[in-house]
Amino acid sequence: MTTVGRAGAGEAGDTAAEPAAVVVDPVVDPGEDGAVVEEPEAGGTGSGEPASSERVAPEPEYGFPRALWRGLARIPVPPPADPRTWRSPLRGTWLTSVFGAVLLVGLPIVILTGLLSFIAYGPQFGQALPADVGYLHLPFFDWPSNPSWLYRLTQGSHVVGGMILAPVVLAKLWSVVPKLFAWPPVRSAAQLLERLSLLALVGGILFEFITGLMNSQYDYGWGFSFYTAHYYGAWVFIGGFVTHVAVKLPTMLRALRAGPGGTGALGRWLHDSPAETEPEPMDHTGLAALAPNKPSLSRRGLLGMIGGGSLLVGLLSVGQTWDALRPLALLSPRGQSYGNGPNDFQINRTLAGSGINPTALDDGWRLRLTGGSSEVSLSRRALLDMAQHTATLPIACVEGWSVTRTWTGVRLRDLAALAGVPNPDTAFVQSIETSGAYARATLQSNQVLNPDALLALKVGNPGEETVDLAPNHGYPARIIVPALPGVHNTKWVAAVDFRPA
Amino acid sequence: MRATLRFWRHLYGENPLHLLAMVGCFALVGYAVTFVFPGPSALALGIWFAGAVIGHDLILYPLYAFADQPLVVLRWARRRVLPRRPALVPAINHVRAPVLGAAVLGLIYFPTISQRGDAAFTFASGHSMVGEYANWLLITGVLFLGSAVIYAIRLGVALRRPRPPVTAPEEPDEVTEARSGAT
Repeated sequence: MTTVGRAGAGEAGDTAAEPAAVVVDPVVDPGEDGAVVEEPEAGGTGSGEPASSERVAPEPEYGFPRALWRGLARIPVPPPADPRTWRSPLRGTWLTSVFGAVLLVGLPIVILTGLLSFIAYGPQFGQALPADVGYLHLPFFDWPSNPSWLYRLTQGSHVVGGMILAPVVLAKLWSVVPKLFAWPPVRSAAQLLERLSLLALVGGILFEFITGLMNSQYDYGWGFSFYTAHYYGAWVFIGGFVTHVAVKLPTMLRALRAGPGGTGALGRWLHDSPAETEPEPMDHTGLAALAPNKPSLSRRGLLGMIGGGSLLVGLLSVGQTWDALRPLALLSPRGQSYGNGPNDFQINRTLAGSGINPTALDDGWRLRLTGGSSEVSLSRRALLDMAQHTATLPIACVEGWSVTRTWTGVRLRDLAALAGVPNPDTAFVQSIETSGAYARATLQSNQVLNPDALLALKVGNPGEETVDLAPNHGYPARIIVPALPGVHNTKWVAAVDFRPA
Repeated sequence: MRATLRFWRHLYGENPLHLLAMVGCFALVGYAVTFVFPGPSALALGIWFAGAVIGHDLILYPLYAFADQPLVVLRWARRRVLPRRPALVPAINHVRAPVLGAAVLGLIYFPTISQRGDAAFTFASGHSMVGEYANWLLITGVLFLGSAVIYAIRLGVALRRPRPPVTAPEEPDEVTEARSGAT
């Protein structure tokens, strides 16, 4: 027989004040032997009860008014509030802590890359959405244009990372579901507040996953702007997440360090077969089952299944942003084969969708460069006669997919010099397209001056010969800037205004 | 100081830092909410936020908990009917694993599989997501097949191993069996 204090929650120093702190915790193996002798300990909650093989939940700590909470707790309740509803022998503080530890590493990556995407869109130019976010943003800085795969990496991590974490989030929620229905619903003012903060945590993460997954698959049936929802939803989640970590981190660390039955032998629980799997001991977190079923799955098996689920999702999703693995992206709309030609790659705005009259792309098209003392007008022929530069660059979408192409065209900095503004502070690019949020974009100085930043005229498979851009890819000319979010690489460019400092 | 802390704890139920963390949480959440409330999309946002919680906790979770029950009941029934012949290789997790894999993919890729986003996708990309559900069915089939093949291999290995005599000396504990199975 073992006795446990309130090691699971709260401060050890205060527990001596309450007799309820010492409880009986018989380790029962219901699958093998029902005859576990339990010696009720004087002063413990088990003292009045007959010896039995039942597991006993430790008396929880109650706040003011204690009599009310304790009275409520004694009322017999039907399922699902009855703790006997929850029978998985695998649930417990240790298991929840394992999922928690994975999410504690993974979710900050998803959060930070999401907030970085906001910066990458150029909030200083009012072109990040939502436009005015008050203090809710990372410190502003000029988004780098080097390395060229930066946005591909951050946004790929955000979207694919979130998808990979989805099975872990579901598993974590499964592991704590008895708490949702726990009776009494609250035991103190502290717990009432904490449960409200959990609404921000759980509601936040589910809301973020649902809006993110729907948006990346073109399902916009909400009735609100995705950017507004996903951005402020993220901050609601961040509030819940940071608070939850602050409150629960000690519990998690203690459970992971203590391991099975306080032995610290992490390997033992992972080694057990289903038949050897013992239920987790009951403690103050209230996660372990009061009346566990005989295990049909080992801890190793459960963690393997969740990890396998994440691996499966990862394998089928990473291809949308990793060219070599594209054939594996069987379920991603952006994983489809577009063919093998130089212009056969993902389109995010078709010419038909842009509303541009195709005759505007004919020989009469001229590029207007402004900002200097006089306006410069260039035909496509004139652009092709300028010094041509070729660069192999990825184009990466906020939706998490990306693709590498080789682009040929005129360096933006050459155009800036031609316009008479060799060191522009910003460049304002306008498309022939007039409707739509991305018919224009402002580029930072570093994005204009990067030697690989181009007004592309041609495109091709990576490392291969380039051909004229197809109309759907922005013929006669489009912007391509390293590490710039895809939609800011304006297609069907009509004019560039170089603005001096 | 100690007595004050103890009094506080009796009153509030946790230490004062807990309250500080909660206040911090509500302040941040409240600030974020001021950007959308009041506003034209506040109602839709609230409905989707609450819907996400209710959808998971009260609809999706019970669904998958109940979906597991037939397996648990079958396993229990099998033990009752054939108490002396424990399964060579339990099949239960060879059903659970592919179901879980197919379900999680179905959930994550629901907008594509259900083709809900097809009109917007076609407008943006000139391509269609119609028919991608077939890939999901294919993957589901592969998962079940793979699980079945692994099961067959495990069964084969178990059959080649020398088995203990059918009349096992230790009788299974009926009381325990009944109790642990009575879900």
